[in-house]
Amino acid sequence: MRMYRVLVPLLVLSLAVALGLSGCAPTEEALPIIKIGLNVELTGDIPKVGESCKRAAEMWLEDIEAAGGLEVGGKKYEVELVIEDNESKPESAAAAATKLITQDEVLAIVGPNASKVAIPAGEVCNNLECPMISPWSTNPRTTKDRPWVFRACFLDDFQGPVVARFVTEEFGFTKAAVLYDVASDYPKGLAEFFKQAWEEIHGPGSVVAFESFVTKDRDFSAQLTKIIASGAEFLFLPQYYDEVPLILKQAQELGFDKPVVGSDSWGSAELVKLAGPLCHGCFFSTHYAAAGAKGATKEFIDRYKEKYGEVPDDVAALTWDSVRIVEAAIKAVGEITGDLATDRKAVRDAMAAIKDFQGITGRMTFTEEGDPIKAAVIVRINEAGEFEFYKFVSPE
Amino acid sequence: MTYLLQHVVNALQWGSFYALIALGYSMVYSVLMLFNFAHGDIFMVGAYIGLFVSTGLLLLGTAGAVTLPNWLVLVLTIILGMALTAVVGMLVERVGYRPLRKAPRASAALTGLMIGITFQTLNLALLGAKRRSFPALIETATYQVAGVSITNTKIMIVVISLLLMLALDQFVRRTKWGMAMRAMAVDIFVVPLMGVPINTMAALTFALGSALAAVAGIFFGQAYPVLEPYMGALLGWKAFVAAILGGRGSVLGAALAGFMLGFIEIFVAVVFPSTLRDLIAYSAILLILTFRPYGLFGEPYSARLRL
Repeated sequence: MRMYRVLVPLLVLSLAVALGLSGCAPTEEALPIIKIGLNVELTGDIPKVGESCKRAAEMWLEDIEAAGGLEVGGKKYEVELVIEDNESKPESAAAAATKLITQDEVLAIVGPNASKVAIPAGEVCNNLECPMISPWSTNPRTTKDRPWVFRACFLDDFQGPVVARFVTEEFGFTKAAVLYDVASDYPKGLAEFFKQAWEEIHGPGSVVAFESFVTKDRDFSAQLTKIIASGAEFLFLPQYYDEVPLILKQAQELGFDKPVVGSDSWGSAELVKLAGPLCHGCFFSTHYAAAGAKGATKEFIDRYKEKYGEVPDDVAALTWDSVRIVEAAIKAVGEITGDLATDRKAVRDAMAAIKDFQGITGRMTFTEEGDPIKAAVIVRINEAGEFEFYKFVSPE
Repeated sequence: MTYLLQHVVNALQWGSFYALIALGYSMVYSVLMLFNFAHGDIFMVGAYIGLFVSTGLLLLGTAGAVTLPNWLVLVLTIILGMALTAVVGMLVERVGYRPLRKAPRASAALTGLMIGITFQTLNLALLGAKRRSFPALIETATYQVAGVSITNTKIMIVVISLLLMLALDQFVRRTKWGMAMRAMAVDIFVVPLMGVPINTMAALTFALGSALAAVAGIFFGQAYPVLEPYMGALLGWKAFVAAILGGRGSVLGAALAGFMLGFIEIFVAVVFPSTLRDLIAYSAILLILTFRPYGLFGEPYSARLRL
């Protein structure tokens, strides 16, 4: 009993002190929070992609924090990034999207990046009616018939013809070989679009070898030997850095001395690190080139380099554009009602209405499908292992 | 003709990996009647140990301590890698399997899977999901023999693998240890009565299998220099198929079936569209097993004393 005599006044005192302190402390009141989800590939086949995406998004968050929050309709909001790892597995990506939407109650989601995870995550976002923007997924199915899903990059059905046109104009080749992962959405889609475009230019049968393998394969000697025997003049390789170094090495060992052309999945610093001199001189189509950039793009590259000690890859650049598109859309809404369903709908509509958004990877306007209309870049990997701007290829 | 020969050379290299790994499965099975499902991941551990040993030895050179020629680094990597991975294998046996020697067979199989997953995720936690590049210890030289491209790496892999298999065969057939292992394969209950230390023999079996897996891992790093934590899973499963195809518990059979699997995979991709490779290759193996349910060199259980 006696304890109370001591405890009660103590409690009262401490409460009073606490109240008094908070009362006279010069801090502003806590801002209302806007949550943005990040559904990224932090582990799995392509962890580098997830890391770049996360880094660019965190750099953007710093800007928002430095500005004292995100201003919507004259009112400041604190922004919180909720980061979920999708392990670059389709089922985990869908689970991560569900968790972000239902448990974390985010307003919009950025990511996933790779098509094989972006397609199932897009399905979830569309069904649960939460706006999603994928920075890097180039497969048409990610956004097709999904009004809630957007992307910041061009599509495979644009990229395939770009590569076909580029090789035809640049080298004058007529016989192509393709090697791709049949178990992964992105390479498979791109390989097919390329084949279609190439045969439209050079006639049926001009893709003399159309070989495939499955994810995790490490030996490609059978396919490469067939490709060499087919008399192809170059190899189109729409693969990730997981396989490209191995394929280049094995191709060289089997005596393949023709050019190898890649797609935007090549645009990772890891590729150069793992493949070394083997990839020097190769071309690939992509979204942006760091070497030779100007204006806002250069500003972004310099900041990123300063902060993380490496040149941002295209995932980082596209993530930067994606988060800024989300920011622009939220600002355009004008008012956050606090009712998630209403706000999500408003953000989606605002995003769809964005015109001529000036991104660091190019000017963008969304089509009905939520795909941007923008130009592609052809990059050459130079002898120092840098991605060098070579040529612009515009949409027709 | 040269076209086919090129595929034969490719298949020989690819088959060597299956054969080396399948041997580990097969030896453990013949001695302890269990499949060590962690074996594919022991192969992964072997590759990483090789990576660290070789990187360490090369660092000695750059740090200015001792500059070793690359071939010596490779030899030391193989020896140290085999030894260290053998220790890992013995640990797996001691921690994972020995306590379960009397437990139902399914428990031991599950333990193997758990240990495999533990290795994968431990690697992921310690080293991250980043791909690692295995240093090239031999300067690749490509020879053109009658229009066929052969690299020195390929020759080394195939020749050393064959030599190791031969040595293992001799060990099992000519030495007292080997005799004890064969005896355990026939009757695990009578053998201890003859004074054979069963636990030592089990550890030895795991050590040998793991050492072979380490060699496979290091060679794998030379031929396919992108390492990742899950590299052992798929390869391990396919080598397991080779062990079954060879005949459960048959050392010679496992080696032959490993090469055969390499040939089947490569030649299916040659003849058919490569999209259908695994489907056709593994359907063919299923068909072989339908007609030879004990594998190519296995014997029906009833031929043995232990059922």
